[in-house]
Amino acid sequence: MNLVAASSFAGSIDNLVVLITILIGFWWTLTNVMFFWLLWRFRARPGVKSQYIEGHEPYIKRWITWPHVLVLACDVVVIFFAIKVWYNIKQVQPPAQAEIRVIAQQWAWVFQYPGPDGRFDTPDDFYTTDDLYVANNTTYHFELRSRDVIHDFSVPAFRLKQDAVPGRTITGWFRPTLAGTYDIQCAEICGIGHGVMLGHIHVEDPAAYHAWFAAQTAAATE
Amino acid sequence: MSSRPIATTRSASGIPTGRLAIWWVLASEIVIFGGLIASYIMHRLGHPEWANATAVTKTWIGATNTFVLLSSSFTAVLAHQAAEQGNGPRAARFLRMTILGALTFLTIKSFEWGHELSEGYTVTTNGFWSFYYTACGLHALHVIAGAVIMAFIARDAAKNRELQRVELIGIYWHFVDVVWIFLFPLLYIAK
Amino acid sequence: MTAEPAHAHAHPHADHGPQGILKYLWSTDHKVIAMQYLFTGMFMALVGGLMAYVFRMQEAFPGRPVPGFGVVSPGQYNALITNHGSIMIFWVAMPVLIAAFGNFLIPLMIGADDMVFPRINRLSYQVFLLSVIVILASQFVPGGGFGGAWTAYPPLSANGNYNLTPIGASMWVIAVALEFVAFLLGGINFITTLMNARAPGMKAYDIPMACWMIVIASILFMLSVGPLIAGAGMLLFDQLVGTGFFNPAKGGDPILWQHLFWFFGHPEVYVVLLPAVGFVIDIVAVFARKKLFGYKTMLYSVVGIGILSFFVWAHHQFIAGIDPRMADIFTITTLLISIPVAELVLVIIATLYGGSIQFTTPMLWALAFIFEFMIGGVTGIYLGASGADSYLHDTYFVLAHFHYTFFPIAIIANFAAFTFWFPKMFGKMMDERLGKIHFWGTVIPFNCIFIPLFILGLNGDQRRVYSHMNFPELQWMQPARIFATMSLVVLLLFQLVFLYNVVKSLRSGPKAGKNPWRSNTLEWTTESPPPHGNWPPDQMPTVYRGPYEYAHPGRDEDYWPQNLPA
Repeated sequence: MNLVAASSFAGSIDNLVVLITILIGFWWTLTNVMFFWLLWRFRARPGVKSQYIEGHEPYIKRWITWPHVLVLACDVVVIFFAIKVWYNIKQVQPPAQAEIRVIAQQWAWVFQYPGPDGRFDTPDDFYTTDDLYVANNTTYHFELRSRDVIHDFSVPAFRLKQDAVPGRTITGWFRPTLAGTYDIQCAEICGIGHGVMLGHIHVEDPAAYHAWFAAQTAAATE
Repeated sequence: MSSRPIATTRSASGIPTGRLAIWWVLASEIVIFGGLIASYIMHRLGHPEWANATAVTKTWIGATNTFVLLSSSFTAVLAHQAAEQGNGPRAARFLRMTILGALTFLTIKSFEWGHELSEGYTVTTNGFWSFYYTACGLHALHVIAGAVIMAFIARDAAKNRELQRVELIGIYWHFVDVVWIFLFPLLYIAK
Repeated sequence: MTAEPAHAHAHPHADHGPQGILKYLWSTDHKVIAMQYLFTGMFMALVGGLMAYVFRMQEAFPGRPVPGFGVVSPGQYNALITNHGSIMIFWVAMPVLIAAFGNFLIPLMIGADDMVFPRINRLSYQVFLLSVIVILASQFVPGGGFGGAWTAYPPLSANGNYNLTPIGASMWVIAVALEFVAFLLGGINFITTLMNARAPGMKAYDIPMACWMIVIASILFMLSVGPLIAGAGMLLFDQLVGTGFFNPAKGGDPILWQHLFWFFGHPEVYVVLLPAVGFVIDIVAVFARKKLFGYKTMLYSVVGIGILSFFVWAHHQFIAGIDPRMADIFTITTLLISIPVAELVLVIIATLYGGSIQFTTPMLWALAFIFEFMIGGVTGIYLGASGADSYLHDTYFVLAHFHYTFFPIAIIANFAAFTFWFPKMFGKMMDERLGKIHFWGTVIPFNCIFIPLFILGLNGDQRRVYSHMNFPELQWMQPARIFATMSLVVLLLFQLVFLYNVVKSLRSGPKAGKNPWRSNTLEWTTESPPPHGNWPPDQMPTVYRGPYEYAHPGRDEDYWPQNLPA
């Protein structure tokens, strides 16, 4: 993909996509070569009658059985790597170095930072809207909530996507690896403003981030 | 009315066409009620506090209605027996008794609902009551539809016509009964 | 010019059904009902296609007035995409593939004079027509058509304050529910007629695949739609009565809807796939002059797909908030279903081996189905793999994948079936040259629309967004969006060739005769178009062999109709 890979697990997803492409590309090409060859080889020609083949003949069945085995083998490989990638992103979380709460609503993103005490819902928490600031090379745990309908917190540069369901707090994690500003999009239709729920995630070097954080905290406690 | 196609006289599978049809109807109905009941069970497991709500439903009313429906299934069986023997008027009598059972069921239910509504338990009171009225309501609609169709079949049967349909409406009726037998413990007994 | 056969008045259909204008409204003849479904479905395809034109123009030229429509507001955009999807699946694919061709073909292919429940058949169309009226009317109510996507996830779909289309939302639910009822009614006929009304001598393995597939699809439909009907009732109650089945504030669960929806939604794609494959098989056999390779294998694979299809649904919900461990199970089942589906494709391709392939218009469509559906099938692997889907979910990759499956199913296979059975339905041959122009003018632009969409999806384009120009990372791909949209315009324009071909052929096409394609199956043994009752009652066919005895060594002719005594 053309899109930058800016998180620790983005590469693993990209690699999985490449792997699948190779496997299905092989199978797809083979089948189509066979398909078009058959169309050409057995096109109607004057005086040539078609053959009567029941499908029990072993030399014919072989052409079905072997592709089957091939497809099954490819499936097993894909299943293995798919679960591996999935497990590392969705089933386990590396220990958190920072936390953030993402609150989706029609039609904006609200980000809640736990403040210097590191706990949410204490007086030193502060908020930003539509712009999320994080430190590079830091493992974040996020708590995802929605105020109204189902939204989806999606950061393509991170290859990160998670539905936000009202009535639930869903947790996940990410670790940015490349400083920069990236799109946050909503990836679940949420009404007429779905197409304008643009956010930005600003990945900053830790020093710059901490300076910003300190300024926010000072402002919050005023 | 156009006359029947030749197709209706055939039976390549050996099973009479009408019976095949009613079983397919039942299969799709089972999935509809199954979906509703499964949704209820999933919700119930997640909401232990619904036990308070089920405490309100009166088990003895539910039990009475269960008895009424079971008896009406019994008369439906008797109707089928009579139809098998070619005795249309007798089958019609038993079918009409089944309809009477249905009306009794519906009457008891309306009193029950009337009472519960007057106590303030409406379909929006909470999740349990939403399911209660929806599931029992859907069931009641099937009871009404079944009773109406049964009346038409009884009318024909009394004239010794279309006796094969007595069995078919009987099969449908047993289904309506079975659905209730699932609803009764879920909504009345499980407290 | 045929004189009315003298014995016609002696047969049980002494009344030939309603005459005149009443025939088109009140007939119970399966062929008339088939035509009703066919033309309604084709009309709805036009509606759905034009909706796509409007919203794609908005995406390609955001904010600019769309010729023929005007400026598209975000609310209208949502209504257009919602109703495009819903219409194409429920009011085009299903009615044409299953109801139109099923109604027309099943009695004819099994040698019967009608369905076993003609009046229920008529009722099914009437209920269906009602659903058409409701969904079309919903576009014009205050607030406009429903705008919560064809998947209708609550709370968005349950609460008018969220979706801003409260009337449209409820009408949508009612229209879909009515459509379900229509197909439940229709399904009873298809299943019991195939099981019971077959011609003497027609054993289970003598039934043409087109019939088997429609019936297995009907069974799949009847067994999967129930929970969604329950869910639709619950959604309607949430919308209108204030219950909270899916409202977390009232103790409900939005994800319950998703499960109910997709438990049906996934088998549904096989409900529409199977008839399409059935037509393709029958057409390939005829124009390759070859016996179907592995009839029983095909049948068992399809039953296997049907059963497996009930165990994959949550691959639509990998990141929906379900327990991540469930995703592991569903990724396994989803990827394994690729095996019997691959089986299907391989068996059809194997049938070509040793054939004598004629590239008529129906055959071109059937072959295009195989090629295009294969792309759809392999791209499904990306989405069934949970790890990859966690990125690709709700992107244009998904959209391109399902258009590479749905377009072959709903459009390509339907054109294959239509061009193939047109001579039988209307007694005239279609123009081959126009047919081929229409074919290429549809298939090439189709690929030009959707190949770019795979790239867009891989690069992060999310779905259901009325302008990607709002997103800095996505702006650079606008040329691809414009290209795809222009291809759609070209595709739509080429459909005029089809319409012209239909009209021209109906009016002045060459007479078709009984069996212009030299096919084995029973529908080709009667007049084109078949009379009321299909055959004179004393000439109902008897079957002596299977439907695919082409190039049998014992015969000079390369085909052997099912009804010819040995």
